[in-house]
Amino acid sequence: MNKAPSLESNRSLIITYNLPISKTSKFWDELKQGKVYATKCKKCGKLVFPPVADCGPCGSSEIEWTELIGNGKIVTFTEVVVKPASFSEEPSYIVAIAKLSEGVKVLAWLSGIKKEKLHIGMKVKLKAKVFSDKKVAYEFVPA
Amino acid sequence: MNKVAIIGKGHSRFGDRSDVNLAELSFEAIQPALDASGLTAKEIPYMALGSMGVWSEEPLPAVVIAEYCGLTGAGLVRCEAACASGSAAVFNAYSAVMSKQTDLALVVGAEKMKQIDTSTVMEMIGRAGYYMWEFENFGMTFPAYYALHAVEHMEKFGTTEKDLARVAVKNHRYGAMNPVAHLRHEITVEKALNSNVIAWPLKLYDCCPITDGSAALVLASESKVKELKIEDPVWIDAMGFASDTANISKRENYVGLSASVKAAKMAYNIAGISPIDVDVANVHDCFTIAEIMAYEDLGFCEKGDGAQMIRDGETEIGGKIPVNLDGGLKAKGHPIGTTGVSMLVELTKQLREEVKPTRQAPMKNYVALAHNTGGTGHYGFVSILRR
Ligand SMILES: [Zn+2]
Repeated sequence: MNKAPSLESNRSLIITYNLPISKTSKFWDELKQGKVYATKCKKCGKLVFPPVADCGPCGSSEIEWTELIGNGKIVTFTEVVVKPASFSEEPSYIVAIAKLSEGVKVLAWLSGIKKEKLHIGMKVKLKAKVFSDKKVAYEFVPA
Repeated sequence: MNKVAIIGKGHSRFGDRSDVNLAELSFEAIQPALDASGLTAKEIPYMALGSMGVWSEEPLPAVVIAEYCGLTGAGLVRCEAACASGSAAVFNAYSAVMSKQTDLALVVGAEKMKQIDTSTVMEMIGRAGYYMWEFENFGMTFPAYYALHAVEHMEKFGTTEKDLARVAVKNHRYGAMNPVAHLRHEITVEKALNSNVIAWPLKLYDCCPITDGSAALVLASESKVKELKIEDPVWIDAMGFASDTANISKRENYVGLSASVKAAKMAYNIAGISPIDVDVANVHDCFTIAEIMAYEDLGFCEKGDGAQMIRDGETEIGGKIPVNLDGGLKAKGHPIGTTGVSMLVELTKQLREEVKPTRQAPMKNYVALAHNTGGTGHYGFVSILRR
């Protein structure tokens, strides 16, 4: 294919964001301890995941922390084969949304099972995940 | 309030447009839109641009395009509503004319996505779900988001991968007849089903391509239409809008987009019509499952019956309501911020019966509908046009 003439700019830009977590630091600290927390609004009682410092719908900043037991059922899932640039080193990964017994839904990777064995309604467990570089996240595993 | 008419339109060829920069590409749509309206650039008091940017080098595309196209001095804004940025720009200009702030406004959609590599484009779009909770740790992509919808839709309603392929086949068939479409080749169900998996169950032919392109519209008030002696314009009868949660996990279900349902109801109400009055529609088929869900969300059929519509050919010419006769996002292409404007250019042509007979919808009520969503159903716009 003929490539149209273009100026090959060498002014590349690498952007890495700092992600502020001061107001939800408990969530990230507890993940390191192997626990996954959600937040609950003291005013309207709504349990929320991912955690928040403020309740938008009722305008309250009176929030309490609740540990999630993590028992859930798959609502839907997919396997990401063509990956974005910053995940290009990863093997294909399964992303699932599961509804927990506490009522909230969570999106996370599902590991330890092949896509062919998955079905909607299947029981999964939500767990904290600590990487070798101390980075923390959470994932689903088969229950 | 002013009634708002479309009095001029322009559309570039979509595709890999490495031959032009963003301003030159925009000129290809803007100048024909001005010519068709009998106007020159200096007569335009206001321009709204739909553009996501990031894949092309200019952070302030509206000013660059305005200078290049002779519009400097006009009021300018760039509107962002992800893949519905074009509709957001239309709504911005439409509101300005409707509220009598101005009698004339130019709407432009312009996007050049081919200036960076494909995996970086996947990254930039994937980040536009909810970066903090869905990308940072989980690397979501847009095919993956729509795959989550496809899996639940298939489970709940028996929609199949073959049904998804049928949408691609239909849109490629019409795209092949559209001289400005990006992908102008027909495909078969087998070819679609055998294409590479992108995010299971979505395959290459379930996904719209990465495309460069521009589109433009000149909007005018009723008095301006008379003053310019524009005969038989197309009117924007209504625009409906809505949104949904940033976190996809907070949605009720994944078998439809509630922002589409709400925006459609608002538009139908304002226009005083129901779905059966619509002669032709363009829906947001960024992925094949999105078109099937749109049939349902827009009320063309009941929830769950979308796949049956494509099986029965109800959305082809000769069916109940022809959809995406320009090839849709799937084959015409989806230059993110251009799409909403491009849809209205196409529907204006359909209403004026200006397209090739082989892809012209039969007109009964001369009513057309455009459905444009942004993000993973985050933003929803539905527009109703009438001639
Ligand atoms: Zn509350």
